[in-house]
Amino acid sequence: MIKTVVSSALPIDEKLRIKKNILTNGKGKKRICIVTGTHGDELEGQYVCFELINKIKANMEKLDGTVEIYPSLNPLGMDSITRGVPNFDLDMNRIFPGNPEGSMAEAAAFAICEDLKGADMVIDIHSSNIFLREIPQIRINVDEAEHLVPYARMLNIDFIWVHESATVLQATLAHSLNRCSTPTIVVEMGVGMRINHSMGNELVRGILNLMKNMGIWEGEISPAVISEPVISNGDNVIFLNADKSGIFLTETRNNTIVEKDELIGKIVDPLSGDILQTIKASERGLLFTIRAYPVVYEGSLIARIYKL
Amino acid sequence: MKKEIIFSMKSPYRDDFRIQAFRFGKGIKTLAIVGAMRGDEIQQQYICSQLIRILKDLEEKGKVAADREILVIPSVNPFSMNVGKRFWALDGTDINRMFPGYDQGETTQRIAASLFKAIEGYEYGIQMASYYMPGDFIPHVRMLQTGYEAVEDAKQFGLPYVCIRQPLPFDTTMLNYNWQIWNTKAFSVYGGQTNHVEDKTSKLTIEAILRFMKNNGLITSVNINPGYLSDIMNEEELITVKSDSGGILYRIKSPYDNVVENETIARVIHPYEGSVISEIKSPCNGVIFFAHNKPLALQGDPLFKIINS
Ligand SMILES: [Zn+2]
Repeated sequence: MIKTVVSSALPIDEKLRIKKNILTNGKGKKRICIVTGTHGDELEGQYVCFELINKIKANMEKLDGTVEIYPSLNPLGMDSITRGVPNFDLDMNRIFPGNPEGSMAEAAAFAICEDLKGADMVIDIHSSNIFLREIPQIRINVDEAEHLVPYARMLNIDFIWVHESATVLQATLAHSLNRCSTPTIVVEMGVGMRINHSMGNELVRGILNLMKNMGIWEGEISPAVISEPVISNGDNVIFLNADKSGIFLTETRNNTIVEKDELIGKIVDPLSGDILQTIKASERGLLFTIRAYPVVYEGSLIARIYKL
Repeated sequence: MKKEIIFSMKSPYRDDFRIQAFRFGKGIKTLAIVGAMRGDEIQQQYICSQLIRILKDLEEKGKVAADREILVIPSVNPFSMNVGKRFWALDGTDINRMFPGYDQGETTQRIAASLFKAIEGYEYGIQMASYYMPGDFIPHVRMLQTGYEAVEDAKQFGLPYVCIRQPLPFDTTMLNYNWQIWNTKAFSVYGGQTNHVEDKTSKLTIEAILRFMKNNGLITSVNINPGYLSDIMNEEELITVKSDSGGILYRIKSPYDNVVENETIARVIHPYEGSVISEIKSPCNGVIFFAHNKPLALQGDPLFKIINS
């Protein structure tokens, strides 16, 4: 059943509508919500929504509880390849829990939060941005780690990044929901403006596995083996940033173990033909982020390595 | 006047990116002024350019305090302005959401870090700011309530209002917040416009900043009217009037206008049929403080903020 969560009039003969699909069966009272499309340039979650709905519908009798799927929290952004909310300054994932008295985006954020509150689990799927390619990973605030890591491990992803808490991140959807006792897990995977089917399939299998563990799903998980993620501990994530502005070229694959001093890529000048900088791994570790967009400035993030 | 480049960086295809700073007087670091941080803050930059012209002239005449220093940085972001973008053109990030910055981090974090290093340690800091919603204001000084806000000093501008508000999580990355935390008495000055340098608010804002300098003994023998006895108000006290429908906005009232309860202050017009969809009425007697200035209204848009009298 499709339900409209937010409906708000735009100036000219159009309504902004944020919708969800509710799949429900059996006597189970548990509810899991899959949300995505907060950032209009992130599309990996669209495939996950599509596949998950079809996997469940094909075996509806195996569902015991409720699955709610929200493919697009930011429909105007998704439809116009805009990361943020068109005509609004702030990143939508920096305005939660929202404000019913605020602008359209703030009021929408409030309504979304209210609608999700009380779910037994919320999975918020992001796909980096157009600049960075991410391996399937889950990001968890250190304050929530004890509670959320056991669930995150069921999601069939490769890496769990437990990061320090930052005040600015208090305005994310995940933080706002976790703070009001609605467990929320943030998945980051792939790259902006593209869809990677195999990553999407792995996550769908992970979501069904989590649902099975929560008692919402009785279907088979095939293949049954769920990948055991690397879990970061302490401050062992290394950031490699560009020292020069130019074009970043690389042949390195993400999701590999890189050795100390291994070449990650180079920044070149297409006018002079010079190599401006060669970028090497400063430590041995799991390469879990690599630059996808070639144009770089001084400071642009090139790679992230989890030191092993 | 001493001119220097406080940050420069090569670009892949463009001229070098540069942030220029202008120093007047010397000695105790007393006042730092930051102009445009976003590419559409043209009025903010214009105001700084006028301050630099006036200070240069005053300094040549020996009317700038000799033992104290004023620093003016008219723009932190000429690259975005030159290509007509509000935020950093490559990745869409907002420099004013990157403070206190990180010199080993992303590009805009590095820009924020270099700016913050240059303007740290001044007794007073003024940022020429713009609001996240499009609109006109009564010119005012705004500050976050961090526990360090210097509300009494803010009256020295002689602007009609000093507006304070509680910081939200995303405010913790803004310049005003970080300046305060690092012991500078920081003020955000809202002139009321962003793109029109001819607007009368430009002149009012330039006067207000010169008045602040004069009241603090930074400049002498300058003729400036004494300004207003500023009213201090909390943003929460403002009455917000929202649009209950979407359409073409026909604004009737503007900042400074007095309104009475139930008076029509705007109309939302049907975008095709021209009929009035909604009469926007004032819920109270008061003065318009903020008014939306785009000709389109979304349902739920805050159109006005009114000072309830
Ligand atoms: Zn995202």
